[in-house]
Amino acid sequence: MQDASHTAEVVVPPSALTEVVAEERQFLRFSRLNRILHIVMIVSFMSLALTGMTLKFSYTGWAVILGKLFGGFESAGYIHRLAAVLMVGIFVAHIANLVQRKRKEFGSWKALLFGPDSMLFNKKDWQDFVGNIKWFLGKGPRPKYGRWTYWEKFDYFAVFWGIFVIGSTGFMLWFSEFFTHFMPGQLLNVATIIHSDEALLAVGFIFTVHFFNTHLRPEKFPMDICVFSGRMDFEEFKRDKPLEYEALLKSGELEKYLVEPYPPIVIRAIRVFGWTALTIGFSIVVWIIYAMLFAYR
Amino acid sequence: MKKLSKHLLVIAVSLAAGMSSLLAQENDECFLCHGDKTQVGKRKGKTIPVFVAEKKFANSVHGSLGCISCHADLEGKELPHEDELAVVECGTCHDTQQEQHARSLHGKAILRGDPLAPQCKDCHGYHDVVSGKDPLSPVAALQVPYLCGKCHQEGTPVTKQRTIHQDHILENFSESIHGEGLLRKGLIVAPHCATCHTAHSILPHTDPASSIARRNIAATCTKCHAQIETVHRKVIRGELWEKQAHILPACVDCHQPHKVRKVFYSLGMSNADCLRCHSNKDLKSGEDGRSLYAREEDLSHSRHSKIACSQCHSEVNASHVRPCETITKKVDCASCHEEVGQQFANSMHGQLVAKNDPNGPTCKECHGTHTVKGKLDPKSPIFATNIPGLCARCHREGEKAAVRYTGEQHDIIAHYTESIHGKGLMKSGLTVTATCTNCHTAHSVLPKNDPASSVNPRNVPATCGRCHHGIEDQFEKSIHFKKIGQTDKQLPICSDCHSAHTIQRADAQGFKLEIMSKCGRCHEDIARTYFDTYHGKVSQLGYTKTAKCYDCHGAHDILPTSDPESHLSRENVVATCQKCHEGATRRFAGYLTHATHHDPEKYPILFWTFWGMTSLLVGTFVFGGVHTLLWLPRAVQMRRELNKEKTEKLRALVPKQEEKPPEDEGTTG
Repeated sequence: MQDASHTAEVVVPPSALTEVVAEERQFLRFSRLNRILHIVMIVSFMSLALTGMTLKFSYTGWAVILGKLFGGFESAGYIHRLAAVLMVGIFVAHIANLVQRKRKEFGSWKALLFGPDSMLFNKKDWQDFVGNIKWFLGKGPRPKYGRWTYWEKFDYFAVFWGIFVIGSTGFMLWFSEFFTHFMPGQLLNVATIIHSDEALLAVGFIFTVHFFNTHLRPEKFPMDICVFSGRMDFEEFKRDKPLEYEALLKSGELEKYLVEPYPPIVIRAIRVFGWTALTIGFSIVVWIIYAMLFAYR
Repeated sequence: MKKLSKHLLVIAVSLAAGMSSLLAQENDECFLCHGDKTQVGKRKGKTIPVFVAEKKFANSVHGSLGCISCHADLEGKELPHEDELAVVECGTCHDTQQEQHARSLHGKAILRGDPLAPQCKDCHGYHDVVSGKDPLSPVAALQVPYLCGKCHQEGTPVTKQRTIHQDHILENFSESIHGEGLLRKGLIVAPHCATCHTAHSILPHTDPASSIARRNIAATCTKCHAQIETVHRKVIRGELWEKQAHILPACVDCHQPHKVRKVFYSLGMSNADCLRCHSNKDLKSGEDGRSLYAREEDLSHSRHSKIACSQCHSEVNASHVRPCETITKKVDCASCHEEVGQQFANSMHGQLVAKNDPNGPTCKECHGTHTVKGKLDPKSPIFATNIPGLCARCHREGEKAAVRYTGEQHDIIAHYTESIHGKGLMKSGLTVTATCTNCHTAHSVLPKNDPASSVNPRNVPATCGRCHHGIEDQFEKSIHFKKIGQTDKQLPICSDCHSAHTIQRADAQGFKLEIMSKCGRCHEDIARTYFDTYHGKVSQLGYTKTAKCYDCHGAHDILPTSDPESHLSRENVVATCQKCHEGATRRFAGYLTHATHHDPEKYPILFWTFWGMTSLLVGTFVFGGVHTLLWLPRAVQMRRELNKEKTEKLRALVPKQEEKPPEDEGTTG
């Protein structure tokens, strides 16, 4: 929304809006804050995953090498906890941003939580899901998705769930001496299992299902940089988020979200970052599969 | 007792003589004839004087006896008697002496009818027998050499016609320290012939009963030289002279009989004598051609510098031109180093030597021969820092001992050199560091399966404990010690955790990490579950800061947790946790350090948590995976349609729009 006002100067007058012009400009999907938060989250998540998996799969050769790369288990531990703090920071920043937007844009929690652009699951998501399955099976057309599809919402809440489960058990292990003042020592064993397996779930899910849904889907392959640039091609927007497009067209607010694309150098930088994250992610998946299949104990 | 009865007999005879004077012949009657100097008689056809000096007889030891006491065959006979009298039997009274004499060289010669053989009278005289205490007696100390010399001096029929191994006996004796003392200085306590050879039991030295037999010579000499061991203490343990006379040099080997001087080495078999030949570098054995060259320096700089050649090379005989030609045996170090010799004989090395195995090392393989040095001499092959190299000569991989060895220790020399002991010794030069012989002993080397071996599992703690005493103390109280942990299972000993030759510092990273797999050899399950915990995982990554087995259980003082003394007993466990986790409480100590989520019986909570999490995981992945796979064909189809659409659009726009296509191509390519 800030971006919209920011790029207002370059916006072409609505009268000149044609197919071609629209193609030149892009639809602004993510605010700058959300983009930054996503980038920081990637850094934090990758760090957590790498250092954590190093410990979880310590019986593999990879783990030993990674442990050394991180400068030993103590330094890896510091990185892990620093990244965890960062993750909590992201969470707090996001919640704060929601509170702010509630005040400025929505006016009430009800509008925010139950409006058409809400992240909460609603009836439409169920319809989309059923429609999608039908479409997959060739028994119907592709559903007309709104701003957030159900799988995007799933990813979003997976992070909420993950932060809650992994974060709380992580803090128990971090401050084990404090927690055992009022909790039994065995709880640490339980916390270890939950922390570790939930992390495995998060890592596994993000680096396979999430990567596919957003990057590896043939029509997006090899990656969708929208979450970094915040922009998506207008055509793509119309095709992928038809309901949102229609709603914006109807309300006349579409123009607000049309922005100039980033120069190629920025795009290239984003791609480098994206490739790095993808590579690390896939490597971790390969490592986990290797550890599970060949070295599990 | 015998002596007393003899005295009694003499008294009885005297009394009887006194009383019998009334009954039988009085001495006076005898002297009626025998007091006449001109009186002669006949024996074996020869006319001989039969005069007996009455005064001399009266002064003799036999003065109080009647003539017929000795000339017993005259008793009751008419006087004057016939010419031929029986030979006087001194043994009637002096039976012991006579028996001795009869068995002696002299007595046997008489029996053979040797005319040169001496009889009692030849030494003691006839009627004028006086006590040896009388300086004028022929058997008085000062007279004995001359008495014996009558026969045993150069030129007499005895020396010419009989085989006597010694020559110039009287001459040599008179020049010897004994002779000088006796004859020149008049020391009547100085020994004369009979002191060594005895008076009546004179026997050749080859007769085991002889006072000068090799076996008895020490006893003979020590009759006077009672404290001689103290003089020879550095050389030999005195008692061995008598115990092992067959091996050891006898007194006379160094101190020539009849030539005895204060110092022996300028005479007879001194080293100088040996070196007359053996200092020749070209001297070789006639048998096998080995060099017989001996460097005097070697010996003089050695531990044996005060030992004479002949003390080790015993069996030499100074009466030979080459005293060494009588040698039949190799040098036997055990004759002096008796205890060590016994140890060696029982050792593996000694057993091989006994079997004549060419691989069996003898004393000299390690100690050298003439150059032998003490173990504190840095130049010695048995100096601490030289020992690994010494043993390596046979025990290095590929060498003869390593080749025949079938056990599990290999590359022992290389491993030892890299071990903490090896580094301490070789790199830091700490001569107190354990070297081969500290563990295996020097002379009692035995394979480890021999119960007497210092490296037998039963003995290892004690062997290590000789240096690591404090540790041994702890170990002996631990559950791993055989007397505490009473079990049929094999309990660990020092070397099971520390290894034998590759032993490392206990604070070395490698050792700390390996110890867990060492504990795990027996405590298999518990070690595996340890690796499921944070402590174990960090250790597995190769870091030692987290708790390892011994951090919690203790190392040498390990005890079952049920033992109040255990580091993990209820009383101690919190303090043990606090070693690392300062804020640890009793609840904290409730953490399961060996927990596994694979055991529903023992750890149900963990088991179900794990399976709950796993179900969640599997469920999510199945859902996500199926969704994705179903999506895939549609997505591919979509991509194809999009590409077609774009290509068409591009054709329509060419050449106006250039920005988009490259990006598109990039993505498709």
